[in-house]
Amino acid sequence: MIKQPLWPILKRRLILHLDPILLLALGMMLMAGLIVLFSATDGNWGRVMAQAANILVALTCMWLVANIPLHYLMRTAMPMYALGMVLLIGVALFGEVSHGARRWLNIGVATIQPSELMKIAVPLMMAWYFEKNEATLTLKNYFFAALLLLLPVGLIARQPDLGTAVLISASGFYVLFLAGLSWRVMGVMFVAALASAPVLWSLLHDYQKHRIMMLLDPSQDALGKGYHTIQGMIAVGSGGVLGKGYLNGTQTHLDFLPERTTDFIFAVYSEEFGLLGNIILLAMFLFIIGRGFIITANASTYFTRLMAGSITLTFFTYAFVNMGMVSGILPVVGVPLPLVSYGGTSMVTLLLGFGMLMSIHTHKTLVQT
Amino acid sequence: MKHRVELKNTQREIYYFRLRLALSIAFVLVLLFLLLTRFLYLQVVKHSHYQTLAENNRISVVPIVPNRGLIVDRNGVILAHNYSGYTLEIVPNKVADLESTIDQLAQLVDIQPKDRKRFKKLQAESHNFESLPIRNRLNDEEVARFAAQSYRFPGVEVKARLFREYPYNEQTSHLIGYIGRINDSDIQQLEDDEIASNYLGSDYIGKTGIEQSYENELHGTTGVEQMEVDAGGRGVRVLSRTPPLSGNTLVLTLDAKLQEIADQAFGNFRGALVAIDPTNGEVLAFVSRPGYDPNLFIDGIDEDSWNELNDSPDVPLNNRALRGQYPLGSTIKPFMALAGLHYGIRSPGYTISDPGYYTLAGSSHHYRDWKKGGHGMVDMFKSIVVSCDTYYYGLAVELGIDNMYNFLSQFGFGKKTGIDLEGETSGLMPSQEWKMKRYKQKWYGGDTVSAGIGQGYDLTTPMQLAFATAVLANDGVGYRPHLVRQVRHGGSKDTAIPEVKPEFNLNLNPEHVALIKSAMVAVTRPGGTAAQAGAGASYAFAGKTGTAQVVGIKQGEKYNASQLSERNRDHAWFIAFAPADKPRIALAVLAENGGHGGTVAAPIARKVMDYYLLGKAPKPDPASPSARAQSGVATAGATGAVEEPEHD
Repeated sequence: MIKQPLWPILKRRLILHLDPILLLALGMMLMAGLIVLFSATDGNWGRVMAQAANILVALTCMWLVANIPLHYLMRTAMPMYALGMVLLIGVALFGEVSHGARRWLNIGVATIQPSELMKIAVPLMMAWYFEKNEATLTLKNYFFAALLLLLPVGLIARQPDLGTAVLISASGFYVLFLAGLSWRVMGVMFVAALASAPVLWSLLHDYQKHRIMMLLDPSQDALGKGYHTIQGMIAVGSGGVLGKGYLNGTQTHLDFLPERTTDFIFAVYSEEFGLLGNIILLAMFLFIIGRGFIITANASTYFTRLMAGSITLTFFTYAFVNMGMVSGILPVVGVPLPLVSYGGTSMVTLLLGFGMLMSIHTHKTLVQT
Repeated sequence: MKHRVELKNTQREIYYFRLRLALSIAFVLVLLFLLLTRFLYLQVVKHSHYQTLAENNRISVVPIVPNRGLIVDRNGVILAHNYSGYTLEIVPNKVADLESTIDQLAQLVDIQPKDRKRFKKLQAESHNFESLPIRNRLNDEEVARFAAQSYRFPGVEVKARLFREYPYNEQTSHLIGYIGRINDSDIQQLEDDEIASNYLGSDYIGKTGIEQSYENELHGTTGVEQMEVDAGGRGVRVLSRTPPLSGNTLVLTLDAKLQEIADQAFGNFRGALVAIDPTNGEVLAFVSRPGYDPNLFIDGIDEDSWNELNDSPDVPLNNRALRGQYPLGSTIKPFMALAGLHYGIRSPGYTISDPGYYTLAGSSHHYRDWKKGGHGMVDMFKSIVVSCDTYYYGLAVELGIDNMYNFLSQFGFGKKTGIDLEGETSGLMPSQEWKMKRYKQKWYGGDTVSAGIGQGYDLTTPMQLAFATAVLANDGVGYRPHLVRQVRHGGSKDTAIPEVKPEFNLNLNPEHVALIKSAMVAVTRPGGTAAQAGAGASYAFAGKTGTAQVVGIKQGEKYNASQLSERNRDHAWFIAFAPADKPRIALAVLAENGGHGGTVAAPIARKVMDYYLLGKAPKPDPASPSARAQSGVATAGATGAVEEPEHD
């Protein structure tokens, strides 16, 4: 052992728990994101470098998580969830208001957004709960799991942060679905959701209602609330089949696109690379999602299956909601394009998820033996 | 539930899980396909639509206003031009508190109360999003002071632009007119004419005079610049540019120096003068006094100046030359004499004995001659030279109003001359038909009598009378009077004057015309009614005096100028042409409340003639023309000119 050269061991330790296929796809996606960001910021290297730093931090987190054996990971579920809930209640009581929403909590050293933590903690908690009760699952368990989901979602929706609430709901629902929630219950839930829609509508903030209304007819308020959607659709549509060429998007470079480094970065990409670029992007997403499903299918335990499936589907949901809102088939709810949009927090959350996927994939042999 | 409790079948669990996973994959694929369809729709099906929207977003079409054409006189003297300068402009709806903004601006640049009033008036007439000038003609120091503070004034801007200027001020005001800011009714008119697009970006349009009637020539063609703009509307770069075409230069028929001399010849009198080249209809001078400063109107006149102009008893805004209507008075006589010859009612040698009045058969009413006691034996020649009323009372009665109407209308009386200015009035040549239509009354014999000396219903404008005089001077060949000699396109140096064709030929008998002309020359010679004004003329100066009555004098009363207030005094007429054998200039002068034509109007005509024919500018002589009418009018002239004004 001692005679063994250091580097191969280190190398082995470094890459042992990384999934090379997923890593390669993620790397390409992240590179593409930086390239688009360069255009979206009008060639601002500072912003690109800052994003690169975000990516490095996030990749490090991913590597760390990938190396955590799953039973350790499972143990974090309960405390993480509890912490998240405490922080969410804290936000509701003492949070800082910015842009009409109470999302941030000042904890002295920094301001944090607990809803980001819940993106991981909620599915983790639910998967852990199902794993714990795997042997004796009854309908009661599903209801309890649903409660675990609805509590934080309710708090987040109240902030209001519709995008995050939708994403966490989705991730929780995926756990319920994969855990085998009966079709009948889902049918009842669906009907109940439809029935409660008017009630939910009345609970929405005016600006959220506006955004949904604008989806139905963006031209209604072309300079106001419909502006985001219209300019996004113009950018995408004017891109055509081949796009206007890198750095040549007029919507982007003449400031017509709002939020073009974050929520609307897909419009920048789509304007400059066209339908062809969109197909390539969809293919890349599909590849990553496909890899996630393979990992899910091969996951060895109930917990890991639920977790891997939820992470993969949530990742897809991110991408779908973002591209859907930019291209005008979904309301503008403030969801970034995963791996591409500028921003550190969501990058860390996303790559944490992929770290878990890798951990699930690379630790299963150890668990099985 | 039961099966879950009783056994844990891992294979079965995995089977169910993978089934759900497969459903998830299908879900993902369906939604990704939905996205793909959406992209196909936006980027292929609707591509051209969004392409257009994107282009509209980024491309802003900016009109480039052309330079307005110059107006010069026949010798190239500038009558209207543009110069560049700075204005301080405010967009009212971009300014929170207009009053306090103007107060603050007043600390940087000089803003007078009249500037504020003018701005208020402009604001009332325009839309709030329009940029309106609060101050014009900023000097460099003021521009610099504002520039340093401009950040404090959003919605306020210094703009460099071209200003219109009329160097001859009131002297050409009624002729050149002025431009003013485009208002709603102008926009309506432009839209009706389907030329509104050429006015995108234009702020001004011709409002009166040549500026109005030749607007289409002067305005030029608006250019277009396609600018790439960002979302904030800031120009990024120019994509394409169609340069504007400057307006055409108008070369007028006017002689600016002659205009100036004519204007000054009026002294303090109000009135009008129109001088025409009878051989081609070119208007050489066009004076209406008093004038006004047209420069005041360009950016909206301030209230005080407006009230001053509008309330003045001199009505300076009234274009007397074009629109002022006055009875012809004795200036009708040469035309009447021609009519008598034409219809064979009078021969040159036919002589009457003038007792100083005329009576209609079966009436005791005395139609008085202006000269008490009469002129003695009067033939046609003398009737013009001494302006014998009695001669024309009889002539009119024998001619009859219908012949008078038919013959005199040929010279343009009662009709617009068709000069290239808007707003001309047509005057009035009465007829039986007209009186029936107008007053529902038949024509009386007495109407004809007074019509014979131009004191009936007849009305003419100085423009019209000058035209009639020109037709007479040119032996009955009439040219439409016009002010624009040549339209010089763009930078063209072409100086060829388009040929003008006569509009009509009255085919007058040359012998008749020669008689009238010789009598009119005698008018300015000793013994004539304008002998004083004609004294020493080195050319054959043909003329005829006239007096247009302002208030009627009752039977048995005597006109006494000193007893009438100044504004009730008679208007003085003089028509003239010279040289009589080959006339190069014909004119009509009206001096309002000037009293008698021979003493007040004729000298004005003489000065114009002297300059035009001999190049002789009058010596500055403050005494004669400037002397107010008060004492001068009714006094007798040394050369035997009339002592008393003409009257019936």
